[in-house]
Amino acid sequence: MELNIHRLESGAGADALDMRLIRAIQGGLPLVPRPYAEIATRLGLDERQVIERITRLQGMGIIKRFGVVVRHHELGFRFNAMVVWDIPDHRIGRVGRCIGQYDFVTLCYQRPRRLPHWRYNLFSMIHGRDRDEVIANVQRVVEECALQEIAHELLFSRRRFKQRGARYDAPSDPLPAPAPWRGVCGG
Amino acid sequence: MHRHRTPAPPPAHTFSALEKRLLNEFQHGFPLDAEPFREIGRRLGVSEEQVLTALGRLHREGAISRVGPVLKPNRVGVSTLAAMAVPPGELERVAALVSARPEVNHNYERLHRFNLWFVVTASDTQHLDAVLDGISRECGLPVMDLPMVEDYFIDLGFDLKWN
Repeated sequence: MELNIHRLESGAGADALDMRLIRAIQGGLPLVPRPYAEIATRLGLDERQVIERITRLQGMGIIKRFGVVVRHHELGFRFNAMVVWDIPDHRIGRVGRCIGQYDFVTLCYQRPRRLPHWRYNLFSMIHGRDRDEVIANVQRVVEECALQEIAHELLFSRRRFKQRGARYDAPSDPLPAPAPWRGVCGG
Repeated sequence: MHRHRTPAPPPAHTFSALEKRLLNEFQHGFPLDAEPFREIGRRLGVSEEQVLTALGRLHREGAISRVGPVLKPNRVGVSTLAAMAVPPGELERVAALVSARPEVNHNYERLHRFNLWFVVTASDTQHLDAVLDGISRECGLPVMDLPMVEDYFIDLGFDLKWN
C-alpha cells in the first residue's frame, strides 16, 4: 500500500520522519527495557526525539491513544452489534458525542445516508459478553441519550471473513517490524 | 497479509492480578519516558522484568495486540465502509472475492438485508473508487459506499470490569 505523505504534510502537520516513526511503532513497541531507544536506532534518531515526536503526534490527534491495545473479543467480549441510527441532522453532533462516550462503544461515526436504500447516518459499534448484554447496552444508550423516538437497527455480526488492522506500509521505505509483534493485528 | 491466527487466551479469571492491572490501567497514559516498563513496575510495585514478562505472555496469548499507538482513521490514506446486499446463496463466493483484495482489512457477515460489510483502505480517493468499482463489477452487485463524515468516538480504552 502506498502512503500518501503529502496529504499528511499539508493537512495534519506531520512530516516524512513522523510517518517513518508511525510505521516503525504501529505494530507495537519492542518489549525491551528501552523501547524508544531501539526505535530511535532503527530510524537514525535519538531516544529523546522519538519520545518528543510521539508526544507531539498525540497532541496533534494523529495518535488517538498510546498504550496497551486489548483484543476485547479474545477477552470474552465476543458479541457486538453495529447499531445504526437515523438522527435528525440538527441533533447529530450532540447525539454522536453522547453515544461515543460509553466504554462499551468502540466506534461512533457519522456517515452519509443513501436514500432510498439506506436511511441511517450514525454508526456505532456496541459490545457485550453475550447477545443480551449488547441489547441491554443499546437500551441504556437509547434512554440516556434520549433516543426513544429515533429509528435504529442492530446488525449483529455472524461470520468474520477477514480482520486485520489498517497498516500504512511504504514499499520504498522497508522497516523491519519489531520481532515479537509482527503480523498480529486487531484490537 | 496479516490475518489473525493467535489462539484464544484462557478465560479472564485465570489472569493474575498484575496482568489484570496491566490490561486495564495502561490503555492510555502509557509512560513516555526512557524506561517505561520500569516506570509501570514502580507504579504497580513489581520489577521491570515482571512487567515485560507479563506483557509478553499477554501478547502471545492474544489478549493484547500490541503496546503502541491507536491511529486516528483517515489521517493517513483514505478509507471507507462499504456494504452489499448479497443473495444468501452467493455470500461465500462474494465474501471470498472481497477478502482477496489487499485493500480490504475487515470483512464481516451481518444479519441484515445488507449482509456483507467491509472496510477498504487505499492511498487516495481515486484508488479507493477503483477498488469499489472493481468489486462491484467482479461480483455483479452494487456496492454502497459509506465514508466517514465525522468521528464522535472518544477512545479512553476499553473497561474490562474485572469485578
